[in-house]
Amino acid sequence: MSTNTHDSHDELVVRHAPEGVSDPGLPPHTPRLGDSDPKAAKRSERIVAGLFGLSVIGSILVVVSFFVVKPEGTVESIQRSNMFLGLGLALALGGIGFAAVHWAKSLMNDHEKVEERHPQRSSEEDRAGAVAVLKEGAEDSGIARRSALKGGLITALALLPLPIALPLIGNVGADWKVSKFRHTMWKRGTRLMTDPTYRPIRAADVTIGSVVHVIPEGLNHEDLDHDQKFMDEKAKAVVLLVRLDERDLKHTEGSYHGIVAFSKICTHVGCPVALYEQQTHHLLCPCHQSTFDVSDGAKVVFGPAKRALPQLPISVDDEGYLVATDDFSEPIGPSFWERVK
Amino acid sequence: MSTTTPLEKAAAGTADYLDQRTSIGVLVKNFARKIFPDHWSFLLGEIALFSFITLLGSGIFLTMFFVPSMTEVHYEGPWAPMQGVEMSEAFASTLKLSFEVRGGLLMRQVHHWAALLFMAAIVTHMMRVFFTGAFRKPREINWLVGFVLLILGLAAGFTGYSLPDDVLSGNGLRITDGVVKAIPIIGSYMSYFVFGGEFPGTDIIPRLFTLHILVVPGLILALIGLHLFLVVLHKHTHYPGSGRTDGNVVGFPLFPVYTAKAGGFAFIVFGVITLMAATMQINPVWNYGPYDPSPVSAGAQPDWYMLFLEGSLRLMPGQTEWVIGGYTLSLNVLIPAMVVPGLLFTILGGWPFLEAFATGDKREHHVLDRPRNAPVRTAAGVAILTAFFILVLAGSNDLLATHFHLSLNDITWTFRVLLFLGPVATFWITKRICLGLQRRDRDLVLHGHESATIVRLEHGEYIEVHKPLDPYELWLRVNYDARRPIEIEPAEDARGVRRKGYRRDTIRRRISQFFYEDRIEPVSAEELEAARAHAEHAHLEGHGAHVELPAGEEQKSVSTDH
Repeated sequence: MSTNTHDSHDELVVRHAPEGVSDPGLPPHTPRLGDSDPKAAKRSERIVAGLFGLSVIGSILVVVSFFVVKPEGTVESIQRSNMFLGLGLALALGGIGFAAVHWAKSLMNDHEKVEERHPQRSSEEDRAGAVAVLKEGAEDSGIARRSALKGGLITALALLPLPIALPLIGNVGADWKVSKFRHTMWKRGTRLMTDPTYRPIRAADVTIGSVVHVIPEGLNHEDLDHDQKFMDEKAKAVVLLVRLDERDLKHTEGSYHGIVAFSKICTHVGCPVALYEQQTHHLLCPCHQSTFDVSDGAKVVFGPAKRALPQLPISVDDEGYLVATDDFSEPIGPSFWERVK
Repeated sequence: MSTTTPLEKAAAGTADYLDQRTSIGVLVKNFARKIFPDHWSFLLGEIALFSFITLLGSGIFLTMFFVPSMTEVHYEGPWAPMQGVEMSEAFASTLKLSFEVRGGLLMRQVHHWAALLFMAAIVTHMMRVFFTGAFRKPREINWLVGFVLLILGLAAGFTGYSLPDDVLSGNGLRITDGVVKAIPIIGSYMSYFVFGGEFPGTDIIPRLFTLHILVVPGLILALIGLHLFLVVLHKHTHYPGSGRTDGNVVGFPLFPVYTAKAGGFAFIVFGVITLMAATMQINPVWNYGPYDPSPVSAGAQPDWYMLFLEGSLRLMPGQTEWVIGGYTLSLNVLIPAMVVPGLLFTILGGWPFLEAFATGDKREHHVLDRPRNAPVRTAAGVAILTAFFILVLAGSNDLLATHFHLSLNDITWTFRVLLFLGPVATFWITKRICLGLQRRDRDLVLHGHESATIVRLEHGEYIEVHKPLDPYELWLRVNYDARRPIEIEPAEDARGVRRKGYRRDTIRRRISQFFYEDRIEPVSAEELEAARAHAEHAHLEGHGAHVELPAGEEQKSVSTDH
C-alpha cells in the first residue's frame, strides 16, 4: 500500500455510494399547471403583462411627482418628495423585475439541461506547445545569452517606482512636522472661552456641578490666518471644565477653587469625551466608553483608554476671568510611538 | 435563411455587420445557451453585483452635485436651523442635495442603502461559498478574488461614509487618526500621510473622494469582471443530487431563462433598494450638523460592516498600553484595530489552502458539499461568525445598555469573556450537530422514513412500518466524500536514514486529524445488504421492520482531544 501523501488521496477519499446503489439520474420533470392547461398559461401571460403595466404607471408617477411634489426647505417636504419619487421609481423598476422573473418561471421552458465539464488543465500537447513557444521567444530575444541585458532590465524596472513614489510620498504629508502634536494654542494667560458662544468665563459664575465646553481665546476666524488652522487648532485645544466641591477633589494642583479643566480629546483614539455624570464625577467617552474620574485627575476607571486626560492648569486673571497658567504638560489625545520622548 | 419581418431583417443585418468585423457569431453560439444551475443561494452573489450597479448609478448622480471641498462657507440654503452656520462645502453641498436637488435625497438614500446591502450580500455570498465548499479546486483563485472584493467593499464604504463631513463621519475620521497614530514607529508620520498634515486639515475629503469615486470602484469593477470570467470558465458549481456529477453541469440556459431570471432579478434588487430609500430614512445629516472637533453624540454607531471593528476597540482593556524604553506601544488600539481583523481576514483568505493541505486532495470539485458532510469546516465557519457577531454586538454595547437597562460595564465584561468562549462553544455544538445529521442520514439509508403507520402483529406486537428511500433520495444521502485523516511515511526509511520533509508531514497529519478524526463512517455495501435482507426477512416473518444497527458508527483513530 502506498503511503505517499502526494498520490494517495484516492484512498483517503471515498466518493462513497456503496456498491449496489447507482445514480438514478435526474429526477423526472414535474410539469407546471401552464404546461398542460392553456388557460393557466394565458393567466400567467396576463399577470406578466400587468406587471409591465405597473412599471409604466411607476414611471409616470415619478414624472408627475417631480413637478407636483416640490421640496420646500422643510424636512417634511423633502420626505414627501422623496416618498413619491421613490415609490414611483421602485414600482417602475420592480414591475419590470417581477414581470421578467414570472415570465421565466411560469412560461419559459423549464426542462433542465445538462452540459459536460472539461478539466481546467490544458492537454499535454497544449502545455508542450506553450513551453515551446516561450522557449522560442526567449531564444529570439537573446536574453539568456546576454546577461548584461537581463541585469539592466531588472535594475531599471526595480528603480522605476522610486521616481514616482518619492514626489508623491514627499508631498502627501505636507511639511511632515509631527512635533506639532505636542503643542496647543494654550499658554500662560490665555482666557478660557465658552464654545460655541465665545465668551470669557468668570470663575464666580461657575456653579458646583456645572460643565462648560471651552476653547482658548483667539480661536476664532478673525484672529486666525486661515480656515485650516482653525480646525486643526480646535481639534487639539478643546477643553471640558467642571466645578466640584473642593473637598471632593483628590488633587488640587492646576485647579481653582474646585474648578478643573481637562482636555476633551480621549487618550484612546481621540473622540471628544463629552458625557459627565454629576453624581460620580465620571466623564464618559461616547465612542468607546472609556471612563475618567474627574475628582481624581481624570484617571481611567474603565474602558479601552490607558492614560488620564491631560489637565489644563488654570487660575484667574485680575478681572476674575479664568485663564490658563500654561499649555498642557503632555501631548493631548491618542498615544503615538514617540509621545513621551 | 429567408427573413420575413422588417425587425428580423434589421436584426440579421446588424448581426451580419458585427460578425464580419468581430466574429461575434462564435461567441453567441458558445455562450447563449450556456447552462447555469438554479438555486436560491446562488442569488446572493447576484444581489451583491446588482447592489454595486445601483451604487454606480446613484453615485454618478451624486457626483454631479457634491462638492468635495473642506473650504468653510456660511450656509445660506433653505434649511432654517443651519442658517449662517459655518460648514465645509462638502457638508453644504450634501444639504443642497437633500433639500434643493429634487430626487437628490432619494439618490443619497438609495446610495447608502445599496452600500449596506452590497456588504451584506458579499458576506452572505461568502458564507454560502464557504459552507458548501465551493472554494475547493479549481476555484481557490476566485475565492481570493472575492476575498479582495470584500476588503475593497469595506474600503468603498469607509471612504464614502466620511464624505458628507458631518459630525458623525468626522468623529469616525478622528478615530481613524487615533488608530493610525498607534502604529509603532511610523504612526505620527502615517497620520500626516493620511491627512496631509495635522488632523483634520483640508485634504482628507478631496483625497477620500478620489479614492471613493475612482480608485476603489475601478478596482472593484475590474475584479468583478475577473470574478465573473472565472465563474464562466469554471462553469458554476451545483448542489449534490442524482444526475449531478463533477463531470457535468445541470441547469437552465443563459438565453432566455437566465437572461430573464437574472435580468429580472436585477430590476427586483434595484426596486427593493429604491423602496427602502423611499420609505426608510438613513443618515439624516441635517440633524447631525457639520463636523466640529468638539461635539459628539451619544449612541452613535458606524455602518453595520464597521461595527465589528468598533466592538473590538470597545472590548479591549486599556491596561495593555505600554511604554517600553521611552516609546509608547498602544496594544490597546493595535490589537483590536489591526490584529483582530488581521487574524479574521487571514483565516478567511487562507482557508481553501489550509483545507487542501489537510486533505491532500488534488481533484477538481464541482459538486457542492452538504455542510453536514464537512463537520469541522462547518463548525469553524460558525465559530468565525460567532466571534464576528459578538464583536458586532459589542459595537452596540451602549445601545444594549440603555435599551435593556443593563450596566455598560457588565455588558462589556460579558462580551470580553464571550469573545473567547462563544466561538469554542459554537464550534463544538455545530460539529456535534453535523455528526448527528450524518448519523441521521445513515439511519434513513438503512431503515427508511418513519411512515407513522403502526401495525399490530398477530402475536400482539406493535411495530411502525418504515418506508425505504426512493432512489433519488438514497443517492443524495450516500454519495458524498467521506474523508479520513491522512497517513504519512515513517520518519526513517528502510535503511534508517531520516527522511526530508518529515516535520512538514507531521504538521500536516496533525491538521488532518483535527479535521477528520471525529467522523461517521458511511454506510457500507454489506450494511446496506444486511439492512435490506433484514427488512425483507422481517416483512416475511411479520416482525418489526426497524433494524437495530451494530457499531456506534463514530470512529476515533487516535485518542487526542481538542
